[in-house]
Amino acid sequence: MREGIRFVLGGETVEVTGVDPTTTVLDWLRLERRRTGTKEGCNEGDCGACTVVVERLVDDRLERRTVNACIQLLGSLDGARLLTVEDLAAGGTLHPVQRAMVDHHGAQCGFCTPGIVMSLYALRQRYDALPDERTLDDALAGNLCRCTGYAPIARAAAAAFEADAAPLAEPREALAALRDEEVAHLQSDGRHFFAPATMDQLTDLLERHPDAFIVAGTTDVALWITKAMRRLEVVIWIGRIAALRRIEDGRESLRIGAAVTWSEAMPHLTALYPDMTEMLRRFASPPIRNAATVGGNIANGSPIGDGSPALIAADAVLHLRRGPSSRSLPLEDFFISYGKQDRAQGEFVQHIDIPKKRGDVFYRCYKISKRFDQDISAVLAAFRLTFDGEVVNEARLAFGGMAATPRRAGAAEAALTGKSLSQATIDAAKEALKRDFTPIDDMRASAAYRMRAAQNLLQRCWLERSEPAAATRLDGVDALLEPVS
Amino acid sequence: MSGDGAHRHDSALKHVTGEARYIDDLAEPAGLLHGCFGLSARAHARLAKVDLTAVRSAPGVVDVIGAGDVAGLNDVSPTHRHDEPLLAVDEVHYAGQPIFVVAATTRDLARRAAKLAKITYEPLEAVLDVARARDLVFPGMTLSRGDARKAIEAAPRRLSGTMRIGGQEHFYLEGQIAMALPGEDDDVTVFSSTQHPSEIQTMVAQVLGVAAHAVTVEVRRMGGGFGGKETQGNHYACAAALLAKRTGRAVKIRPDRDDDMVMTGKRHGFVVAYEVGFDDDGRIHGIDMRYDGQCGWSSDLSGPVTDRALFHADNCYFYPAVHLTSRPLKTNTVSNTAFRGFGGPQGMVGCERVIEEIAFATGLDPLEVRKRNFYGTSDRNVTPYHQKVEDNVVHEIVAELERSAAYAKRREAIAAFNRDNPVLKRGMALTPVKFGISFTLTAYNQAGALVHVYKDGSVHLNHGGTEMGQGLYVKVAQVVARTFSIALDQVKITATTTAKVPNTSATAASSGADLNGKAAEAAALTIRSRLVEFACENWSVPEEQVVFEAGRVRVGNQDMSFAELVKAAYFGRVSLSSTGFYKTPDIHWDRDAGRGKPFYYFAYGAACSEVVVDTLTGEYRLLRTDILHDCGHSLNPVIDRGQIEGGFVQGMGWLTMEELVWDAEGRLTTHAPSTYKIPTMSDRPRIFNVDFLADNPNRADTIYRSKAVGEPPLMLAISVLHALSDAVAATVGHRRCPGLDAPATPERVLAAIERLRAEAP
Repeated sequence: MREGIRFVLGGETVEVTGVDPTTTVLDWLRLERRRTGTKEGCNEGDCGACTVVVERLVDDRLERRTVNACIQLLGSLDGARLLTVEDLAAGGTLHPVQRAMVDHHGAQCGFCTPGIVMSLYALRQRYDALPDERTLDDALAGNLCRCTGYAPIARAAAAAFEADAAPLAEPREALAALRDEEVAHLQSDGRHFFAPATMDQLTDLLERHPDAFIVAGTTDVALWITKAMRRLEVVIWIGRIAALRRIEDGRESLRIGAAVTWSEAMPHLTALYPDMTEMLRRFASPPIRNAATVGGNIANGSPIGDGSPALIAADAVLHLRRGPSSRSLPLEDFFISYGKQDRAQGEFVQHIDIPKKRGDVFYRCYKISKRFDQDISAVLAAFRLTFDGEVVNEARLAFGGMAATPRRAGAAEAALTGKSLSQATIDAAKEALKRDFTPIDDMRASAAYRMRAAQNLLQRCWLERSEPAAATRLDGVDALLEPVS
Repeated sequence: MSGDGAHRHDSALKHVTGEARYIDDLAEPAGLLHGCFGLSARAHARLAKVDLTAVRSAPGVVDVIGAGDVAGLNDVSPTHRHDEPLLAVDEVHYAGQPIFVVAATTRDLARRAAKLAKITYEPLEAVLDVARARDLVFPGMTLSRGDARKAIEAAPRRLSGTMRIGGQEHFYLEGQIAMALPGEDDDVTVFSSTQHPSEIQTMVAQVLGVAAHAVTVEVRRMGGGFGGKETQGNHYACAAALLAKRTGRAVKIRPDRDDDMVMTGKRHGFVVAYEVGFDDDGRIHGIDMRYDGQCGWSSDLSGPVTDRALFHADNCYFYPAVHLTSRPLKTNTVSNTAFRGFGGPQGMVGCERVIEEIAFATGLDPLEVRKRNFYGTSDRNVTPYHQKVEDNVVHEIVAELERSAAYAKRREAIAAFNRDNPVLKRGMALTPVKFGISFTLTAYNQAGALVHVYKDGSVHLNHGGTEMGQGLYVKVAQVVARTFSIALDQVKITATTTAKVPNTSATAASSGADLNGKAAEAAALTIRSRLVEFACENWSVPEEQVVFEAGRVRVGNQDMSFAELVKAAYFGRVSLSSTGFYKTPDIHWDRDAGRGKPFYYFAYGAACSEVVVDTLTGEYRLLRTDILHDCGHSLNPVIDRGQIEGGFVQGMGWLTMEELVWDAEGRLTTHAPSTYKIPTMSDRPRIFNVDFLADNPNRADTIYRSKAVGEPPLMLAISVLHALSDAVAATVGHRRCPGLDAPATPERVLAAIERLRAEAP
């Protein structure tokens, strides 16, 4: 056990002890350090004014990612470097992204600007040349600006790629010096934050603190702290455990460790099921996907998480562990009822297996939301149809936003299974959907809309199967249309 | 060197490095306390018991105050109607109304303590829907010219309908905040994120029961305002000042985003009922419209907001006979307030629905109907409020935009696409804007400025306008630099403070540069004429031989720097400081009679937008927008472009994805960005062409013949609503008017498609 956490802030290694164990990165920056360039806009990871960059040595690779400082626990910086807007022009010269934002009038009120600068910095570091527009849009999907209408920010992004960007000094040595295998520990007033480095340490900690909260990306649990004002007594952060951060892309299945982020999982998932691409791009924002994990998205049991229905349709298997023992179950069986999952005290999600199904497999994943990007879905539908000739021999139709848990549409599946796909069988499945679900009205959508849209998504699936050339998607439609000038 | 032109925002470098200080970034005084409001959980109830015992005894709590603890008047109503207490007395009128405020040693402890109150409510009937509201928060207005009823009945064709228009949350990125520092005697200094420091000063003085001279209010910059900080900062500033005077410690109040969104007013939702008489050529003969505004529980600015809706119920169209009424209706929801456009956008949205209905009824292209009803330039040019439109450029703007956006050619391409694609449908619309410039409360059309010239030739500038990102500070500094013919960086822009320029108007109504630019020019001209007079005397030259140019001054045969002249003038004992004052000439308004000239001039523009709609889900994307906007002779083209692009996207958000939802108990359920969705990066038009109308100096004598640009571009986004409607109509071959209400969320778009399909034969 090591008391305190250690990380690099800009160019300076800092050790922190004695702080509130669940203090956020943003509060620490603004309140403790009075480093006020990073702003608080919403305190829930939706506006991006607090975007910062976190760098970490993973094996020998320097991994760099944007995150929302308002919903990252300070302890999760252990072993990492934190870069804030103050660091970019530390040498007295503006970084090219800052220069471009000035030259192209990318700031008006300026309050979102530090976050936008950090997202652009991460983008500039990641690509050698200006990526396509969809990539640029995605990189900034988590940064709200209320003044500019984004046009000048897009111009600034393009200009930033025209200038040479001298990389900031890489913190490899400083980060390597912080490496150890000790459990990092923060405590105050009898409350604890633990950052174990190994599975054994994790299981030990869970034995001693069976009611501890296991967190990874904290993009959900942090809201309990910032919004619900809950005081969590014991928090265990699993982001340091290499075994849980592993992706094993095998012949028979794709195995995703519980602490693998959505950003890390994305290329593997989309290689397996290309139609997940649009959903995953529209799923939250890069700073969220850079922190939020596949395991966490499942473990929190949300009825509106996009990951679970997408993976249920893919026939994913969940592996849980407690102490030395482990068990596995079909992902769909994990969700019992609203807020209740099949997870015992002290048990944790270890990994998820997604089988590699062969043959004529037709997979579709559709997300519907009020705002196209970075919005929680009104309806998420994921369909996997396996064909034997023209006959559907297996239908897996999973939905989010339609019930108190993510779940499959049994009646609609039955309407398709064993049938050859036609407008008539699709109509029957659409009708059956009314028996499967009784959705609710809320601020995102009415029950009637949810049902109608869900039915129409079955229609879309049929169209895309029967008329593969038909234009049915808005994502990327601008390329398709090329409006005349 | 001259003050004219494309100067970047004065804080641009500080914005990108994080050095720009907002109020929460200021160094905190030792012993600072943090305040947090306790809010009503009910929409309408009697407060049977307010038990704050647990709040008082919570860790870190230093003070707790309720309505009875207000030293002066428990009132923050901006129009002095005394209908909005700082803290609720006996009754609460909306879910989110402040009942008490607690001060604690940290913000965290204050937030925790505020949750501990035990409040017993006795429920009262709550009116939540404007369609069911009957009481007014302010008297309505009527505008009428000719006999509308007779004209409608005599017209060859007639139609009527209603439209619902949703409200809008400002979502300024920097939330509301105030920090108060107690001084000696009655004094208090308040740093407030406000568009209206003088009003904050008035309210703080009223709540403390002290003279205005004891209260100083300062703001260097806001992280966005959009109207949401015109009156809505009152609570935070007043409560912080009260607590500061009670405890003798500095007090900061910065609500969490959710509390901010629940507590503060928004853009008014409206229900518009219309009846119009017209002919087969699509020309309007007579029109009658009623605008019912959802004002919330108190008047706030709802009178002038609903007035401005009526002032824009004509948009660019001549009504031969017209009758318009407004009803500012009371509901048990948050008290709605100013928001960019101030009712004008809702007025225009209602009007454009009527145009669209006529287009579908006659089978004409909506653009053709628009053009046939435009105000004339020499006739057909009297508004419903009897002001003549004398600067009409809408014909030129629309003709030019129609050409540059290739309207006709794209109409054909869109029709062809729609014939070939059953799922995706494209739509396009070109809509115009005419927006009246001036506060309709004539007294507000005044401004003051203060200019000091120091012995080294550097200049200190202060004026009553506030900086919220719109670039007002740099525009006014340009005016001063140009007046002295010195470089912009010789002019120091300083924080707005009630101690330097008194009795200012809100930075609102797009008026900031018009008013403060003229006031600052007046101050600078006064000093310049003193310098000229001194130079004439000192060097015995006639006035015309004193020439200011590029940082230098030629006096007869001598050439000196501006600083050298200033230094000489100082030794000549010349006053190098002056105030400046401006009032807009030539405007007057009689609300009761519905007649006058409320606007000094009009700003114009037009936009053409194209969308593609997914008819299976109602989702859509904005493909292209072309804008041609009238900034007169632009004071600063790069700043003005930013206002046009930003205003358009903000308006697009209002009319499309931004939806305020209240639950059955009247609680706002969209109170954070996780549930209230403003546009993000990919929502901007894929192709976005913005141009200025060339060679159109303002015909009114404004500062350098520029035009106001803060609000008008927001209404260019009406083109998006109508493009969506066009795409929806394409699903049934444009046979029926979709009647698409706002905001046109995917859900509303899908509902409109299904309604059309069900109705169409």
